[in-house]
Amino acid sequence: MYTFSNRLKIGSVILMALGLMGMAIGFISAPSTVEEAKAMVAASHDDGHGGGHEAAAQTHETTSYDSTTEHGAAAQDADHSLDHDEHLLHQLQNRPWSAIYIAAFFFFMLALGTLAFYAVQRAAQAGWSPLLFRVMEGITAYLVPGGIAIFVILVLSVLHMNHLFVWMDAETVAHDELLQGKAGYLNPTFFLIRAAVFLGGWIAYREVSRRLSLAQDEANDNSNFIKNFRWSAGFLVFYLVTESIMSWDWIMSVDPHWFSTLFGWYVFASMFVSGITTIALVTIYLKSRGYLPDVNDSHIHDLGKFMFGISIFWTYLWFGQFMLIWYADIPEEVTYFVTRIEDFKLPFFGMVAMNFLFPLLVLMNSDYKRINWFVVMTGIVVLLGHYLDVYLMITPATVGDQWYIGVPEIGAVLFFGGAFIFWIFRAMTKAPLQPTRNPFIEESRQFHY
Amino acid sequence: MASKVIQAYYDDDDVLMHAVKKVKAARHHIEEVYCPFPVHGLDKAMGLAPTRIAITSFMYGCLGLTVAIVMMNYIMIQDWPQDIGGKPSFSYIENMPAFVPVMFEMTVFFAAHLMVITFYLRSRLWPFKKAENPDPRSTDDHFIMEIELHGDEAALTDLLRETGAVEINRVEK
Repeated sequence: MYTFSNRLKIGSVILMALGLMGMAIGFISAPSTVEEAKAMVAASHDDGHGGGHEAAAQTHETTSYDSTTEHGAAAQDADHSLDHDEHLLHQLQNRPWSAIYIAAFFFFMLALGTLAFYAVQRAAQAGWSPLLFRVMEGITAYLVPGGIAIFVILVLSVLHMNHLFVWMDAETVAHDELLQGKAGYLNPTFFLIRAAVFLGGWIAYREVSRRLSLAQDEANDNSNFIKNFRWSAGFLVFYLVTESIMSWDWIMSVDPHWFSTLFGWYVFASMFVSGITTIALVTIYLKSRGYLPDVNDSHIHDLGKFMFGISIFWTYLWFGQFMLIWYADIPEEVTYFVTRIEDFKLPFFGMVAMNFLFPLLVLMNSDYKRINWFVVMTGIVVLLGHYLDVYLMITPATVGDQWYIGVPEIGAVLFFGGAFIFWIFRAMTKAPLQPTRNPFIEESRQFHY
Repeated sequence: MASKVIQAYYDDDDVLMHAVKKVKAARHHIEEVYCPFPVHGLDKAMGLAPTRIAITSFMYGCLGLTVAIVMMNYIMIQDWPQDIGGKPSFSYIENMPAFVPVMFEMTVFFAAHLMVITFYLRSRLWPFKKAENPDPRSTDDHFIMEIELHGDEAALTDLLRETGAVEINRVEK
C-alpha cells in the first residue's frame, strides 16, 4: 500500500495556497473601468513591456475590424474608438479568467489523456502495462474534481461572469449573423448539457473500470476483467466522439468565427501525450520511493517510446492544421494564425521546439529512454510545452495582444497543479499499487524489451 | 593454410542457447551460429557487439534533410524566385511550410535506403552471391554452431555432446 508522504502533501497544499493568492492577485489587479484599462496599457508601454509597439498598433487595427463587425458594420468613427477601449477592457478583464480556465483544462486534460491511454491498454489487452494500471487509475481520479472545476467555470461563463466565450453574449450575437447561424449549436443551454453528458460519461467509465479492476483482485475468475475489457472498448468509441465535440465546445468556440476540421484530433494528441508523460513521471516518482518494485527499465522505455511517438503525432497534426491554412490563405481561416504569429511569435514557435524538436532529439536514442532522469527531464519540457499549447489555443481569443505569463497564469498553474498532486496521490493510497489477479500481470512483471 | 572447425548441430533453439552459454563459459571461440530464424538473445549470449546501424540511419537522415533544404533553397529561392500563386519566395524560412513535405520525405528516403544499402554492404549480401550456409538444413530446422578447433578435439566434442548436439562434424576449411 502506498502512503502519501507528508512532505508531498504539505508541498501540494502550499502550491494550492500560493496558487490561490496568485489567482486572487490576478482578479484584484484586473481593471474594472475603461479608464483603468487604458492607464494600465499606457503604464506597461512606459515600462517597455509591450515589445513591438508598431506591431501591437497594427494588430489593434485588425482586431478592431473584428469587433466592429461584431458590433455592427455601420459603426461611426467615435463609436469605433469607444469600441476599441471597451475591447481592451474586456481583454484585460479576461486575463485572470482565462489563466484559470487554461490551467483547469490543462490538468483535467492530463487525467483525461491518461484515461484514454488506460482504456487503450485494456482494450488492446496489452501485456506490458497492467503493472501500471493502479498508477493510471490514481491519475484519472482527478477527473472528478477537475471536471467539476471546468464545469463551474463554464457555468460562470454562461452566467456572464466573464467574457471568455463571445457567443454567450446575447448583445454580440444580435449583431453577428455568423454567430446567429451557429446559435443552434452554440447556445448556453445545449452547451452546458453537452458538457455535463461528456463529463458524466468519462467519470462513469472511470468509476466502473476502477471498481471492476479492484474486484478482479478479489475474484476467483476473470469475469471482471472481461467486463472491463468490454467497458473499455465501449468507452473508446464514446470518447472518440465526445472528445472531438468537447474540443469544439470548450476550446474552438472561444474563436467562434473560426473552424478547423482536425481540431479534435489535435487536442486529442496534445491530451494523449501529456497523459502518457504524466504516467511516466508519476511511475518514476513512485518507483524511486520504492513503491513499484516490479516496474523495470523496460516499462519506462515503453512509456518513453509512447511519449516520443505521440509527440511526433502531435507535431504532425499541428503542422497539418497550420500548413493547410497557411497554404490556402483563406482570410476567414487564416486570421487564427495571423494573430498567433504576430502577437505570440515566441510561445507559438517555442512550443513546437519544446513539443517536437526536444523529445525528438532526446528520446530518439533507445538507451536514453531507459535513463529515468532523461525521461523526467523530457517529460517536464513536454508538459510545459503542452501547457503553452493550451495557452495558445485560448489566450489569443480571450486576451489577445494583452497577454503576459505572469502572476495570474503561474498562480492558476500552481493551484491546479497542487490540487492535481494532492488528489491523485490521495487516490493512490486507497488500493495496492500493483494489481494481483490481472491475467496479464505475470507477463507485465516479466516484461523485458 | 587449412583450419579445422567443429560443427555442432542442434534441433531446438533453447538447447542451442544453453549450448552457446556453456561453450562460452568453457572459453571456446564461437566462429558462427547458423539459424533458420532469429533467436532472441542469441547475440547477447554470444557476446556480439550491438549494431550501430541506427546511428548510420540517423546520419543519413540528416544528410537527406540537408539535400532537400539545399536543393529547394537553390531552385525556389536563389535561382528563380518566381511568384507562384502569391507564395512568398523571398527567403527560405518564409516559404518553409511548403517545403516541409519534401524535407520530410527526403529525410525518410535517405535514412531508409542508405541504411538498407549499408546493411547489404556490411552483411555482404547481393544478387548471385554464393550462399554461405554449411548445410541446407540450417535454413529449415537445424541450428549449427561452428567452433574453431585448437588443441584437444576430444574434449570439445565431449563438451558439445553434453550440451545436446544431435550431430557433430569436423570440417576442414
